[in-house]
Amino acid sequence: MSVPILEIVDLHAAYGRIEVLRGVNLSVPKGAVMALLGPNGAGKSTLVKVISGQKKATSGDIHLGGVHVRTGGPEELARLGLCTIPEGRSVFPNLTVEENLLLMSYAGVPAEAVLETAFAYFPRLKERRKQLAGTMSGGEQQMVAMSRALASDPALLLLDELSMGLAPLIVDELYETVGRITETGVSILCIEQFARTALKISDYAAVMSGGRVVATGEPDEILETMSDVILGGAA
Amino acid sequence: MSSLAETFAGSHRASGSHDGPLLEVDHVVVQFGGVTAVNEACFTADPGTVTGLIGPNGAGKTTCFNVISGLQKPTRGTVRFQGKDVSSTPVHRRSKRGMGRTFQRLEAFGSLSVRDNVKVAADIHRGVLKGFLPGGHGKNIDALLERVGIAAYADERADSIPTGTARLLELARCLAGDPKLLLLDEPSSGLDETETDAFGDLLRDLAAEGRAILMVEHDMDLVMAVCDVIHVLDFGSIIASGDPATIRRDPAVQKAYLGYSDEDDADAHTVTDLPAVSDDTMVIPAAREGVGS
Amino acid sequence: MSSFLAFTIFGLVSGAAYAIAASGLVLTYSTTRVFNIAHGALGMLLSFVFWDFSVRQGMPTLLALFLVLFVVAPAIGWFLQRFVARGLGDAPVSVSLVVTVAILVATLGLAQQVWPPEARSVQPFFAGTSYEMFGFFITAHQILTIVLSLVVAVGLYVLLNRTRIGTAMRASVDNPELLKLFGGQPERVAALSWAIGTSLAALAGVLLVSTVGLDYFALLLLVINAFAAAILGRLQNLPLTFVGAMSLGLVTSYASGYLPTDGLLNSVRNVVPALFLFAVIVLMPQAQLRIGQVKGIVSAPLPSPFKALSWSGALLLGVALVAGALSEANLLLVGTAATYAIVMLSLVLLTGYGGHVSLAQITFVGVGALAYIKIDSPNLGGLLLAGLVAAGVGALVALPVIRLTGLYLALATLAFAVIMDRMIFQADFAFGFNGSLSAERLSILGYQVDSTAGYVWVMAVFFVLMGLALLVVRAGPLGRMLVALRDSPAACGTLGLDQRWFRVGLFAASAGMAGIAGALYAGLRGTVGAAEFQFFGSFTLLLLAVVFGVTSVTGAALGGVGLMMLPVLQADYPGIAGLFFVVIAVGAILLARDPNGLANQLFRLGRLLDRRFGNRIRERIPVLPVPGGSLGGMREQARAEHDANAAADHSLTTVGLGAGGGAATTSGPDQGPAENKEPAGV
Repeated sequence: MSVPILEIVDLHAAYGRIEVLRGVNLSVPKGAVMALLGPNGAGKSTLVKVISGQKKATSGDIHLGGVHVRTGGPEELARLGLCTIPEGRSVFPNLTVEENLLLMSYAGVPAEAVLETAFAYFPRLKERRKQLAGTMSGGEQQMVAMSRALASDPALLLLDELSMGLAPLIVDELYETVGRITETGVSILCIEQFARTALKISDYAAVMSGGRVVATGEPDEILETMSDVILGGAA
Repeated sequence: MSSLAETFAGSHRASGSHDGPLLEVDHVVVQFGGVTAVNEACFTADPGTVTGLIGPNGAGKTTCFNVISGLQKPTRGTVRFQGKDVSSTPVHRRSKRGMGRTFQRLEAFGSLSVRDNVKVAADIHRGVLKGFLPGGHGKNIDALLERVGIAAYADERADSIPTGTARLLELARCLAGDPKLLLLDEPSSGLDETETDAFGDLLRDLAAEGRAILMVEHDMDLVMAVCDVIHVLDFGSIIASGDPATIRRDPAVQKAYLGYSDEDDADAHTVTDLPAVSDDTMVIPAAREGVGS
Repeated sequence: MSSFLAFTIFGLVSGAAYAIAASGLVLTYSTTRVFNIAHGALGMLLSFVFWDFSVRQGMPTLLALFLVLFVVAPAIGWFLQRFVARGLGDAPVSVSLVVTVAILVATLGLAQQVWPPEARSVQPFFAGTSYEMFGFFITAHQILTIVLSLVVAVGLYVLLNRTRIGTAMRASVDNPELLKLFGGQPERVAALSWAIGTSLAALAGVLLVSTVGLDYFALLLLVINAFAAAILGRLQNLPLTFVGAMSLGLVTSYASGYLPTDGLLNSVRNVVPALFLFAVIVLMPQAQLRIGQVKGIVSAPLPSPFKALSWSGALLLGVALVAGALSEANLLLVGTAATYAIVMLSLVLLTGYGGHVSLAQITFVGVGALAYIKIDSPNLGGLLLAGLVAAGVGALVALPVIRLTGLYLALATLAFAVIMDRMIFQADFAFGFNGSLSAERLSILGYQVDSTAGYVWVMAVFFVLMGLALLVVRAGPLGRMLVALRDSPAACGTLGLDQRWFRVGLFAASAGMAGIAGALYAGLRGTVGAAEFQFFGSFTLLLLAVVFGVTSVTGAALGGVGLMMLPVLQADYPGIAGLFFVVIAVGAILLARDPNGLANQLFRLGRLLDRRFGNRIRERIPVLPVPGGSLGGMREQARAEHDANAAADHSLTTVGLGAGGGAATTSGPDQGPAENKEPAGV
């Protein structure tokens, strides 16, 4: 294994008195795609929030590209090259497609380059550049969100439930794009309730349950040994 | 008109006055901006049965609950309760007629103790003005807490108890109003296995009392074990309805949950490096014996 | 016809200035979700700064304007966002409103401190230059005002739609968390929007000051106009806000031109903006119930009945002893303190328990006083009736906005207070313009309380009775419902509570309590006038209530004394009169996030003293022999254990396993040092 792009050591986090992460250990190798699976309530989304800086950990360490980042806010992490696509609403609904894309230039990419890349991958967005993002379909909204990942060439791409509320056909289309991103050598940590869809594009998989990572390994061995845990809750 | 309905709202056993189902969701559409959260949803809930509403995250289940309980106005469509159109009835009046609900994102009264949470519900049920009278419901409250299994937490502040307990508290709070219809939004998340089993038994008991239970739930074991009817919501639409056995075999359901189904053309989803999915490794486990029978 | 045209032009000119102020308000509110009640006050302060630069220091007008708009105003706005308003967007309205009211009061205090009242005037820009149009003159200043409003409109449009920082501003309206994930900085965006917003408030103030005059309150009240326009634009739509401002300008101008100059309609012109604001609020669409999260508030716990009663007794005894020794003037002050304390009790009910904010509580006091005088039967019946009248008026204010919550209810009360202030209280059928009415002292069951000392004691009795009633309500079903409704309106709705009527009832009850205070006050003073019930009093009342603790009866008692002392101190130290406002405001800002206030700190201090010195004091007090434990050493040991248990009990039962950590270890008013004697007596 090469140097991990993301290394998490004994991470704890809680909502009030309820501990949601109970000592997470996880390591994502550079250039790899890792799927993070597990039933509802296993703590996956909380882990994403902590990694992306939206939530403070109570203890533990996170290293992003070798840099210790436990105290950084989301905006600093974004500038360090972490690109997070959160679950649910990941666009600004009252901004046009173009404006949504322009905001991505905060990550240090020129605005023109963002638009160019986005429209090259998703020609449909070019036709709708003046449309309010909130009035587009869920799939199109995720395309806008994905454009950010494509254009900013992040050190680590954090995908949280990309497929939520989307029709299977559109999920396939989005994951095709994720597949294309992986070809550029971007490291990805991908949280997904559709275990199989995520495993298709992954090099490694990790399974969370009860606030811990209970298994890591190659996708097929994970699927064989851990299907009970993965599928027990959220299917 | 409403006062008449309220007169009947005293007991859920008085609901036999009309022939149709207790709750009817009729072609309900909800749009947020350009996104359709619920698309022409139609389903019913009947007294004495547990109805499951399942589907992937973001499929529109909670939005359905909000429409039924009156927190969200539907863009189109009708909600009927006891045969009457309640689509424009305010939240509190629907509750007076016999609807109770719990929340996915908890809505316990955090400043109050667990017991006081339920007391408030009982007080509201008796009527605000009667609230002036000294309450004689102390024993009932404790019995209710005992019944849902949270008596040990009675004196804790509601913002300091674990999620699973808070969900049970919300259920207890609902039951203080003796509802005919219970809307439970992910009631079992946060419960461990034993607690979930006990909760399943409680659900069957509540249904046996003649209540209709409509439940959004992610724990498939529980859903398959206690539900009489299951509706599968995907992308805002009902894609399948039926008993647990039917649902388990429905290809549309598999597709909604897995992203593809067994019957799909395998070429479209090249999964050569993954083992083929057999029925045994199916996502949805078989119903457990014993529970609910 | 030409006069119509003149009124139209004048209306458009003032509308243009309102539009500038309103757009600043919309900008700050929409990007930070903090509704800045002090927006007009900031415009006022900066107009004074402009006067100071251009007139007192004699700077060139343009330089002064530049400094005010581009240096001083943005700096103040940035400072306020960074150090005062940050993080308030997610706070309950009862917190964010209190903080901005505190900014308002601090701003006013600062202005009065730095620029004490004296005649000042600011010349219009290009004074003397005017152009003839359609047969009448329009001044260059007026043209400039309209041009500048257009510049602001276009400028804001370009900023928000054509620049990245502007796009980020709109993005942070949508979803600040997501903006952070994009690498944007919502806090910087918020600071910028406050800087621009404050600058726009300054511009509006500077443009209006030549017509309105350099007057603290006239300029401060301009915010009502900005509120009205901004709310027509739903606090986010800038074009609609401009339409609102222009229509308001026109309506105000026509009202001043065409309303009759006598009778009640004459005074309507003073309150057109407030009426407009009220109308706009009533037209707002139904508020959606928001589904949030479990978040309890740690409030001062209830004292046990025994302790509440003994403290009540002690208070009444104290007042009785002190009253005999005080001069007439000082007695009147104690009576005033009692009045304020009762009004603060009404805020304990409304704000402390219910989580709503009223900016018209002093107005309800005035309504109660007026009703008591007009009913003219100075007995318990008349007192009760006066309270009921105030309660009815309170319900009337809350009814039209029954569908709305929080901010809008508070703004409706502000509009109501201004209407009463400027129109009703000064009308001939009320106190009359600059007039006053005389009131008789209360007679209780046929016995008239003539002596001031006796009357003050009666007021203390009323305070105690109402305080105890409040505690009883809080401990009972209604109190639980109040807390439940504050914690989760959505859950209350689904449990069957019609919260709209509940809220109206709460509001009416609170107004009724304030009304009774007013009736008692009228009896105390003998003569009262409209000047004693001006809307501004409600601001200082609210702030002091928060400072001393708006969740406890003790806080209300202390707050009453504090509010009574304020004018006394200001009269004693006229040189720093304004600073007192600033101090109170700073206190409120510091304490706003903990509504238990100073009373809470006092309880804590009491417990601390008890722990430190309690046993030593008790040792010196002879103790009756305890059955079964005649040996002194054993007795001490038993007591120490008892105390330890009692302390542990307290932290568990009164606070539960509160989430507030250290802050949660509050206690009742009964925990003061005086309690130390209690074990000796038992």
